[in-house]
This record gives sequence, structure tokens and C-alpha cells, in this order.
Amino acid sequence: MEKIGVLALQGSFAEHLQILGRIPGIEATAVKTIDELNAVDRLILPGGESTAIGKLLVKTGMFPVLRQRIGEGLPVWGTCAGLILLAHEIVGETPYLDVMNITVRRNAYGSQLDSFCCEQIIPAFGSDPLPLVFIRAPWIEKAGQEVEVLAGHDGRIIAAKQGRLLVTSFHPELTDDKKVYNYFLRL
Amino acid sequence: MTERMELNRNLAQMLKGGVIMDVTNVEEAKIAEEAGAVAVMALERVPSDIRKDGGVARMSDPKMIKEIKAAVSIPVMAKVRIGHIVEAQILQELGVDYIDESEVLTPADEMYHIDKHLFPVPFVCGARNLGEALRRIGEGASMMRTKGEAGTGNVVEAVRHMRTIMSQIRQLVNMPSEELMTFAKENGAPYELVVKVAKNGKLPVVNFSAGGIATPADAALMMQLGSEGVFVGSGIFRSANPAKRARAIVMATTYYNDPKVLAEVSADLGEAMPGLEIASIAEDQTFAKRGW
Repeated sequence: MEKIGVLALQGSFAEHLQILGRIPGIEATAVKTIDELNAVDRLILPGGESTAIGKLLVKTGMFPVLRQRIGEGLPVWGTCAGLILLAHEIVGETPYLDVMNITVRRNAYGSQLDSFCCEQIIPAFGSDPLPLVFIRAPWIEKAGQEVEVLAGHDGRIIAAKQGRLLVTSFHPELTDDKKVYNYFLRL
Repeated sequence: MTERMELNRNLAQMLKGGVIMDVTNVEEAKIAEEAGAVAVMALERVPSDIRKDGGVARMSDPKMIKEIKAAVSIPVMAKVRIGHIVEAQILQELGVDYIDESEVLTPADEMYHIDKHLFPVPFVCGARNLGEALRRIGEGASMMRTKGEAGTGNVVEAVRHMRTIMSQIRQLVNMPSEELMTFAKENGAPYELVVKVAKNGKLPVVNFSAGGIATPADAALMMQLGSEGVFVGSGIFRSANPAKRARAIVMATTYYNDPKVLAEVSADLGEAMPGLEIASIAEDQTFAKRGW
């Protein structure tokens, strides 16, 4: 059975694990150590604070291991903070994993008062409207040639894919909708 | 529930497993962010100083809150006095990410809390028990925390409050439905929320610990008791080595179940903040009793 890990250092990992638990045919597991990281077939980087998660990745020694596994083809999906961790460039800040050729702006929409939700059809994920929840969300300002843009909102990129890396600036883990999960599991 | 309320509860979900640190200036805010805090609470004096100085403690200077907002990329929270509607309007205008209607400041109203439904900005409030937590949620709080006894460096009250809330939740889960209304009545809790907690076995919003957390072990203890994250007030910047202690508390909150990590990060942190025995505080000087 395929083992799907969720990085469980901080943030909305319990929400991801709960949805994964309802998908048949896979095993969902929290990842907090290098050994746990080495045991998974796919990995989700959850929402949360990218600064906190990024620092914990370094402090625990998981950072180089994760980078190496991504280099070897580990499928990874970053939601919100996870998207920031994967980016090659973060406006005004030092990047973390630097494995996906995107330029990201943090808190791009503003403070919590600018957080919002909406519905949108994203053909890559399915033909029905998908609920999108943006919490102090980032957007992708620029995507390299190898990046496939999957969705935009108000002229900004909010979902993209590069090889086996998937990023969404919104939070499917805060909804009941499994479309993006199903997409990631086939990636 | 409105869409705004849902989004505000969602932000608290993103803070889970993290540490929110009290900071009084830009420099401290940067140390907190660098240490891995998920948010900072901007205030002029940490609770232990408020306790020492006495007098009336109010909302902080908007200038200082704005400076901290500009200095860090993580969410910025700030405190208003219980019932002080206008302080809340001002903080909302400043665009803070969360308002703490806090017993650490001197209450502005001895009967009523703020109607938090009237504000698009999210609120966090303190509670000592489930009834108090559900009253605050009923008023529109989108995140809860224990009150503990702020500024004491003594975790005993936070433990009491967390144990009480968790134990009352377990009680509700096991109650037959006909007993729920009486629970609501006796605990001063909105009936609909009592029913919801009985059904789901958890509060409808994220619940952190606060009030007296001073060491990595304190933070891990609160997590093991069921807390979803911690607030550290005076515990960091009134200790001998704030940056190191802040990093250690962040690690301890993530690895709260791993004694090996906890032993490592607890070592060589220097002096913790000075502690206070709860019994030595005059009855009318305890913060936790404030709130209705």
C-alpha cells in the first residue's frame, strides 16, 4: 500500500491526515523525523507558518534529506506554507528548499482581514467547482518554463506543477473536497 | 456560521502546533520570528511587568504595533481590555491579524465582553473552564486559550484550566442527550454549543495554552494535556537567554511526545524567568478571575 506522509512539524497536518484517512487504498502517516521521512512514498507539506516549519526542518536535520528525496523524484504537494517552502525564490526573503522554479510573494493578499474563500472550476482537478480557501495566502508571481500553471485567480497563479511537485496557495485540507488529493495521488 | 467566522477559525488552525510569543519591540519580534514563533503578541509590557507595576494596563500604542507589523512576516496579535469595544475598533483599523480580549489588561467592563460577531477581525479569548470557553465562542471568539495565571512563570493554573476543559469535554461526550440542557444551565454555556461539543468531542475552535509557561517542559506538558499550541508571555524575554529559550520552546511544542528531544533542548538555557507562588498573590490581584 502506498504510504502518504504529511510533514507534522507545525500547521494544518491533522486536517490533511484526516482527509487522507478517508481515501481507500493508501496509508496516511505523520512525518516528524528523518526515519519517517525516508519511509514515505509521497509527502504533503501542510499549511502553517513557513518560517516556523522552515526553521524546524533545518534544526531537525530533515532539510537536506527532504531535498535529496525530492531530487530523486519524491512526489510532494505543498499547500500555502508548503508552496513557499518549495519555491526557488521568495520576494524579499531567502528561499528554503529551492526545488521548484517559481517566485512567490508571501502574505500577498494582505493581513487576515484580506483572507477569503471562493469557488472556481480548475480543469486539472475536475469539472466541478472547487472550494478555495485563502488564509493570509501567498501567490506565485512568476513561473519558469518547466512549470505548468494549473490555475489562476484575479490574474495571479494559485496552483502549479513541475514534474512531481504540486503547489496550491489555497487549502484543500480545510474543505471536504478530495479532488486535489486524487490529483496528487496520481502524480 | 458566516464565511468570515470560518476564515478566522481557519487562521487559528494554521497556528496549531506552534508558539505565539509576547514581544514589546521590533527587536524582540525579530528574535521571536527567527526562533520559529508562529505569531507574535505585540504589547508594551509583558504580564510579569504589568503585575509588578500595578495601575491600569491598557491597549498598546498603535505606533509600536505598526512598527512590529512592519518588521515581521508572521501574524501579529495585540490585546484589548475586556469589554473595550473601541480599543478593538482601533486594533482592527490597524489591520492586526488577531485580537486578544485579555484578562491581563485591566477590564474596561465588569459585566460584558465584546460582541465579537460585530468585528471581521478574529478574536482569541481566555477561559478557565468549558462554560467560560463556550460563552466566549458564543460571543464570536474564533480561538481559545487557557487563562492560566499570566506573568507568574508558574504553570499550575494553566494545567488546572486545561485539565478542567478537557475533562468537561469528556464528560459531555458521555452524557445522554437529556442531560445536556442542565449542563448548559449549570455552566452558563450556550446550549447549541454544548450539543456540538458533546457530538464532536472537541471545542469548535482551536484551543491553545497560556499563562505561566516558562520552560520547554511546561510547553510540552500543556501539549500532552491536549493543548493545540502555546502562548508564552513573560517566559521568554524575562529569561536569561531569550533567543535560545524561544528556540527550545518551539522544538518542545513540536516534539512534545519525545523525551529525548525534550532532554536535549532543555539543557543549558540559563535562568528561567523568576517564578511566583500562586498563593502569594492577593486574591484581587489574580488575572484569571477577570472575565464574566
